[in-house]
Amino acid sequence: MHDKVLNVSAIKNGTVIDHIPATSLFEVISILGLHNVESQITFGTNLESKKLGKKAIIKLSEVYLMDDEINKISLVAPQAKLNIIKNFEVVEKKIVEVPENVVGIVKCFNPSCITNHERIVTRFKVLSMNELRLKCHYCEKITDHEHMEII
Amino acid sequence: MNGKSLVSITDFSKENYLEILDLAKEFESRPNPDLFRGKVVGSLFFEPSTRTRLSFESAVTRMGGRIIGFTEASSSSVTKGETLYDTIKIVSNYCDLIVMRHAMEGSARYASEVASIPIINAGDGANQHPTQTMLDLYSIQKTQNKLENLNICLVGDLKYGRTVHSLLMAMSEFNSTFHFVSPKELKMPMVYKLFLENRGLKYEEHTEFNDIVKEADVIYMTRVQKERFSDPIEYEKTKNAYNLKKDMLKNAKPGMKILHPLPRVNEIHTEIDSTPQAYYFTQALNGVFARQAIIAKILGLK
Repeated sequence: MHDKVLNVSAIKNGTVIDHIPATSLFEVISILGLHNVESQITFGTNLESKKLGKKAIIKLSEVYLMDDEINKISLVAPQAKLNIIKNFEVVEKKIVEVPENVVGIVKCFNPSCITNHERIVTRFKVLSMNELRLKCHYCEKITDHEHMEII
Repeated sequence: MNGKSLVSITDFSKENYLEILDLAKEFESRPNPDLFRGKVVGSLFFEPSTRTRLSFESAVTRMGGRIIGFTEASSSSVTKGETLYDTIKIVSNYCDLIVMRHAMEGSARYASEVASIPIINAGDGANQHPTQTMLDLYSIQKTQNKLENLNICLVGDLKYGRTVHSLLMAMSEFNSTFHFVSPKELKMPMVYKLFLENRGLKYEEHTEFNDIVKEADVIYMTRVQKERFSDPIEYEKTKNAYNLKKDMLKNAKPGMKILHPLPRVNEIHTEIDSTPQAYYFTQALNGVFARQAIIAKILGLK
């Protein structure tokens, strides 16, 4: 715990997203649309982690996320843990849960899919999470983790 | 089914299939030249397909309906850069139902979400072609007098052939036993085999064609296309291994029927055309009745 505090300074109120794989940090930022957040955000990445090897952490001051927003990051950071902070204390812990549907986040890997040719919000049904398999609502093809691209 | 789109064979239930088949039978035995009178069907063929288009046109015209539309994208406003969204929005104003063929996969699902009227998918790329499946079911039921407990032999390109995938899904409702006959490169994908296993249905895979013929109630032939092979030598080696010749039929069941979504190239020898097992041309005619039944159900006329 002390390491974390030293590496990325604490926040008074807000949300801490921990246990993000270091390689997924920028995808998490993009999925959560953090570039549009105006309050203070601090990141740390390539921090040592026993579980992940190298992990990243995001601290969002005065920002609280809705559960469906949180679940969006399960595609790239399934082990992420969220701490809700009030007055420097953790008041609530949350884990990410796999959503049933993934909307507007992932590009369909099928080049012949209509979603890659018209302005259409992509939609996938999550078939399995352990080995990520997303079935496109439109072309019905399956996009797996290896071919997954975040929009 | 009234007002519903038909995009994928899974959009309809087993009960829906059976209702459509009953109605197709009714239309075949008692033609109803006025049922579609006053109805306008939009026929949007962004990609040309002569057989499917003519089948739909015949189905609608023979029941007194009118068809408007285009036969290829070059004669539509697509060439001016219009999006599919806009085309569907506009055409929705002009007709009661849209029949659509498009090269992009998922285009029909998307159109069904955009349109204010029902969409019938007449083929979206390599994805779905549900009216073909309905006419296949109708052909099987007509020739075998049942759909339950049949031995279905699927031959040729089982990897990319959308018709065999949809037929497999639909026939899985009727306790079929499946035989898959294909070159190694074009085997039935795992996802469909798992689908059958989960339903407790039997299937066997073969690379040799001959021995299976005697067991089959239905042989469903497909075309093995050269462009599917990464190695042209493999294609040359296998191209004739999945062709059906007359002497292969000598041990066939008397009621066995050969189906093919057409067009055929050389996978069914023309000498088979005159045998009692040849059914592929009648199968194409069945498409007219099956499509009439689907349209009648979707328009709520029956």
